[in-house]
Amino acid sequence: MSNTPLRIPLRPLARILEAREKGENPDSIERENLRLRHEEMRDRARVRAEGRILVLGAMFALAFVTIGVKMWVVAESEPAEPRTSSAGSAIVAQRGDIVDRQGRILATNLDTFALYAHPHQMVEPVKAARELAEIFPELDRERLEKDFTGSRRFVWIRRNISPEQRQAVHDIGEPGLLFGPREMRLYPNGAIAAHILGGAGYGEEGVDAAEIRGTAGVEKKFDDYLTDPANGGRPLQLSLDLTVQAAAEQVLYGGMRVMNAKGAASVLMDVKTGEIISMVSLPDFDPNNRPPLPTKGHPDDSPLFNRAVQGVYELGSTFKIFTAAQALDMGLVSPETIIDIRGPIRWGRHAIRDSHYLGKEMSVAEIIIESSNIGTARIAEKIGSERQKQFLADLGLFEPTPVEMIEAPSGAPLIQKNWSDLTTMTVSFGHGMSVSPLHLAAAYATIANNGKRVRPTLLTQKAPQDGPQVMSTAAARMSQDLLRRVVTEGTASFARIDHYSVGGKTGTADKPKPTGGYFKDKTITTFASMFPANDPRYVLIVTLDEAVETSGDKPRRTAGWTAVPVGAEMITRIAPLLGLRPEIAPVNLAGITLTSN
Amino acid sequence: MRTLLYILSFAALIGLGFWAYQENYRTKQIVNEAERLQDQIAQARARLGVLRAEWAYLNRPDRLSELAELNFDSLALLPITPDQFGRMDQVDYPQRTVAPLVVTNPVEVSTLSMAEEKL
Repeated sequence: MSNTPLRIPLRPLARILEAREKGENPDSIERENLRLRHEEMRDRARVRAEGRILVLGAMFALAFVTIGVKMWVVAESEPAEPRTSSAGSAIVAQRGDIVDRQGRILATNLDTFALYAHPHQMVEPVKAARELAEIFPELDRERLEKDFTGSRRFVWIRRNISPEQRQAVHDIGEPGLLFGPREMRLYPNGAIAAHILGGAGYGEEGVDAAEIRGTAGVEKKFDDYLTDPANGGRPLQLSLDLTVQAAAEQVLYGGMRVMNAKGAASVLMDVKTGEIISMVSLPDFDPNNRPPLPTKGHPDDSPLFNRAVQGVYELGSTFKIFTAAQALDMGLVSPETIIDIRGPIRWGRHAIRDSHYLGKEMSVAEIIIESSNIGTARIAEKIGSERQKQFLADLGLFEPTPVEMIEAPSGAPLIQKNWSDLTTMTVSFGHGMSVSPLHLAAAYATIANNGKRVRPTLLTQKAPQDGPQVMSTAAARMSQDLLRRVVTEGTASFARIDHYSVGGKTGTADKPKPTGGYFKDKTITTFASMFPANDPRYVLIVTLDEAVETSGDKPRRTAGWTAVPVGAEMITRIAPLLGLRPEIAPVNLAGITLTSN
Repeated sequence: MRTLLYILSFAALIGLGFWAYQENYRTKQIVNEAERLQDQIAQARARLGVLRAEWAYLNRPDRLSELAELNFDSLALLPITPDQFGRMDQVDYPQRTVAPLVVTNPVEVSTLSMAEEKL
């Protein structure tokens, strides 16, 4: 209180008296003093206000600086995982496994390392190049030396190395050789189911990680599913059965060798669910070391080519059952209806003949059993082209198969644009239209499933498919009986095996020449079968490419001699694996002998 | 009176400070522990993956069939054939050697469950 200036009185008595004496107005003195006092007060208030503004400004500046610094820290700092979160539903940043229907691994990941070099950090680049070339014989030593001593600052050396190789590289003791963690896609079963799995390679590649992308087959089709972190590493379960697939490949490979075929394919399908239990295409490859795409030659000859899905062939007489089934379904014929099969049928410069003379007339059943082209063509005439096309489309033979593989659309059927009456007749016995073995399997499965459409799938199904009824149950049953009779009394007699009753149809088609026309000595032979014949549960298609059976006097190229024995062997081997109970043949009971009195 | 209040609140301040200090360090310790465990889990997962891959590789059908061939003398393993299916009545079960139970003092149990429900 002491440092406040003394208050100056507004009306100092001395000056008032003096002013009165001079006759001046004393009030002006008061006003003058009041003015001075107010000016003084105003100056003080201004100083204080200015100080406050300064403080406020400083505060704001501090706040902005704080926020700015925090933003900079957030932007510049390395992201870190929350340290306290629970590991319960951890994101598994791995590509999912692929397993078979019983949970056995078909594809999985393995942690490995990639090897790269920083040449500017190297101490002895020449020595390092020499020793690396010793560890990895496929590396070129001079190339490495050039890379290490040149101006490059980063060199990839190997994408995947084994732990032993990593140790050996460590032992070189070169600080410029560095490792980056890698995941490697591993197919532990080697070539088994190679075409279905496809393969995988690296997509985006960095030093610390690389993305695995599918290159073909299921791997590519389900890329998004397999890499989706939301799945939490849940495996993709296929409908394949590893044991059955391995057995099918083994038997089919043996059959292909015995029959001197250059390629083979087989499809085994569950007729109720449409699940593909096994699908083989030979020759095959190892998806761990996928061969490069062929640059020359026919694409069919590459082992990468999936004959079962991509290979569209004229599958020959196996189509006859579709003609018969449709005619039976429409009530045009019964199995006993007699058809005139005198031939050949001439159509312009084309003629339809049978493989050998079969007589003047036959019942519909005999036409299928003996595989008469003329008879089938006559039945197709009764059906007409529009209805035939509709029926084949209903069986799924006009569109690519819906199977879950990236190659499926490339297996689109080859269909003539101009569907003449001649086409109707030739297609009725499987010529003039090309489909894949998988198409055929699905169509046969539809017959085996009592006429309900079946779509092939590679994923496990929980319930039978409920497809539309393509043909009546009665017609489908009659067709199944016809197929059984083809085996018991017709062209597929080699499929008459012990323990199981098989129904099926053979098909032999001459291969088309690339220049037009057909080869005389190159055939595609097919055996389309279903078993057990009395209540079919599985459909098996076997196709051999350029098979020839040479045990007789002259080479035999018909399906009855090539594809059928292979198919029969496959069924004998596979049916027990599927847990299919064999039909118990009546056995002579020991100790009981019939005696006459 | 006022002095007592001051002393009490000061003591409470020191106590809370001590408690917070302890909690802070315990939390840090638990976080470290959790991190260590998660690390272990990740390592175990990786090991499990490798083991599963190795198991699948060792059990690949090609190798198993080769082993079956190599050890044919001792194992005599062949592919399963339809002949190996049998009927139940063809199975030669061992004869029952134990004498059948002789029940001389039967106990009525059909009412026990009802009695339990009442309890």
